[in-house]
Amino acid sequence: MNAILLMLLGLGGMLLGYLFYSKFVAEKIYKLDPNFRTPAHEFEDGVDFVPTNKYVLWGHHFTSVAGAAPIIGPAIAVIWGWVPAFLWVVLGTIFFAGVHDAGAIWASNRNRARSIGALTGDVVGKRSQSLFMIVIFLVLLMVNAVFATAISGLLINFPSSVVPVWGAIFVALIIGQFIFRKWLNLGTVSVIGVIALYALIIAGPEVPLSLPETVMGVSDNATWILILFLYAAIASLLPVWMLLQPRDYINGLQLFIGLFLLYGAVLLSGPELVAPAFNTATPEGTPSIVPLLFVTIACGAISGFHGLVASGTTSKQLDKETDARFVGYFGALGEGSLSLATIIAVTAGFATLADWQAVYHSFGQGGVSAFVSGGARILQEGLSLDVEISETLLTVMAVLFAGTTMDTGLRLQRYIFQEWGAIYNIKWMEKAAPATLLAVASCLILAFGAGGADGSGGLAIWPLFGTTNQLLAGLTLLVITVMLVRLKRPMYVTLLPLIFLLVMTIFALLIQLKGFYDASDWFLFSLDLLVLIAAIWIALEAAGALNRARKEQQP
Amino acid sequence: MKIKAIRAWLANASELANHYYNAPYRAAVARAKREQDDLFMLYVYSELMGIPNPASYYTLELQPLLLEQFHDWHLRMGMEHSPFDEFRCC
Repeated sequence: MNAILLMLLGLGGMLLGYLFYSKFVAEKIYKLDPNFRTPAHEFEDGVDFVPTNKYVLWGHHFTSVAGAAPIIGPAIAVIWGWVPAFLWVVLGTIFFAGVHDAGAIWASNRNRARSIGALTGDVVGKRSQSLFMIVIFLVLLMVNAVFATAISGLLINFPSSVVPVWGAIFVALIIGQFIFRKWLNLGTVSVIGVIALYALIIAGPEVPLSLPETVMGVSDNATWILILFLYAAIASLLPVWMLLQPRDYINGLQLFIGLFLLYGAVLLSGPELVAPAFNTATPEGTPSIVPLLFVTIACGAISGFHGLVASGTTSKQLDKETDARFVGYFGALGEGSLSLATIIAVTAGFATLADWQAVYHSFGQGGVSAFVSGGARILQEGLSLDVEISETLLTVMAVLFAGTTMDTGLRLQRYIFQEWGAIYNIKWMEKAAPATLLAVASCLILAFGAGGADGSGGLAIWPLFGTTNQLLAGLTLLVITVMLVRLKRPMYVTLLPLIFLLVMTIFALLIQLKGFYDASDWFLFSLDLLVLIAAIWIALEAAGALNRARKEQQP
Repeated sequence: MKIKAIRAWLANASELANHYYNAPYRAAVARAKREQDDLFMLYVYSELMGIPNPASYYTLELQPLLLEQFHDWHLRMGMEHSPFDEFRCC
């Protein structure tokens, strides 16, 4: 099949979902009201609560939720063939992610823009709120460990990207100063920043850099992981305007340019999909597609992380309640389209089936590297860009995404440690530096505990990350469902995805548990057990909360 | 006429870009700014607490200007009332 057809089917399907399903959900289920006074107006303070243009808000929501995860997941999951991954991404985006994101904004908006974590405490119960905190912590921990592994792999596989990746940080530092000190206006600075970034990308292949195989007895992979965490720790302690803000901004611009280039190249070259529609000859050791597909692709189909963004920042800036449909649902569509681009890159970006099979020779292979090399081939054919430059471009895109998530994640983890310090009265833990150290240490333990001494096996926790992320989404869906029950509205729109998610995650956790037991991997076994306990706990809390809410409704 | 329309469009676009740049970090930047301001308050009022201030010649002049923020400041610093005996607030 031709990739153009797949692209049109996918994008068309998602667009229809937006035009019809989201309209139905927004009008009949959430009953978004254009006259509702949103918290952004009610508590307007110029800082947190600011009514914001819906397109700007959509831009934020989309760029803060889209990261490396919607690339890594599908790039691993196509091992079962492109049809299952494609269907789950498209249908997941239409019926799960969009409903979840828009619902999280709506729920938060109707509750004084409080975060989903706080809402869980109010709507479901205090116990669930503590559970929520634990699940968030686990998600952040895994995301940091996995992304460090993924980035270090990329930096080793594509040495041409080393200079642009680190150079991009300097570009961000400089434009941050320019904007903060108001030396130049934003438009000029953005143009200069983007030109500088792409100049670095073009220069990258001229100056490939790689670490020696061992640095003081530590493998190159492990060294990169240590360097990355050192960077993330420093970045998370710097004032935000210095690095985070300009870098996020450049990243956002880059995301739009990257997506545009990729889809443009697909349209121009029209590559054939070489990967099988359904892979009947999956390599040995590949787990069963049900339930593993549904946790391998988390972001891109549904992701709990979005609920945090939606309720934490987006809902505080909602100008009109009806904007929740565009911002939330269309934001999810944006991420779905990134996943779709990934699926096309890793299935059509290879010359022959044999090449594809050589990459996907066992489960967990492929990943971002497959996205980079496949996507680079498409860029080369469609836009006749040099293949090395294309590879560098896509590597930089993926690394910057993962890097942004890492230091934001580390910052959030630090806040959690600081909060625990305050709750349990541990004075030293309340300070920024020791809390950051604890956060970094916990991530390093996970990265090396799961990935071995050289840290290269860290991607083994990817499906586990997926399950935890789905659990987080499950908690958000639970909050929305309970609210709907109390309002006496139909609840199947969120209840069915909730049940589906819980069944699939628990099923997947059990299968992985057996896998880790058979492999005597006790570290991951205990981690899996921990997530499993949380999952079962959530299922019980969900049943209890829904029962209570239904009883309240009966006279 | 056309140039005017293009100018207006550009101005509009740059305003949106500014929003896009600033909105996600408005809170963090405001918090950081407040922390700096708090430190500055401490400088200005430090002599009243017995902390010698080499710049008191200049900061003394600022005291009346910052008085409006004094109440917010001492509340934020966890003091229910003004910490100074000779300097009542509430």
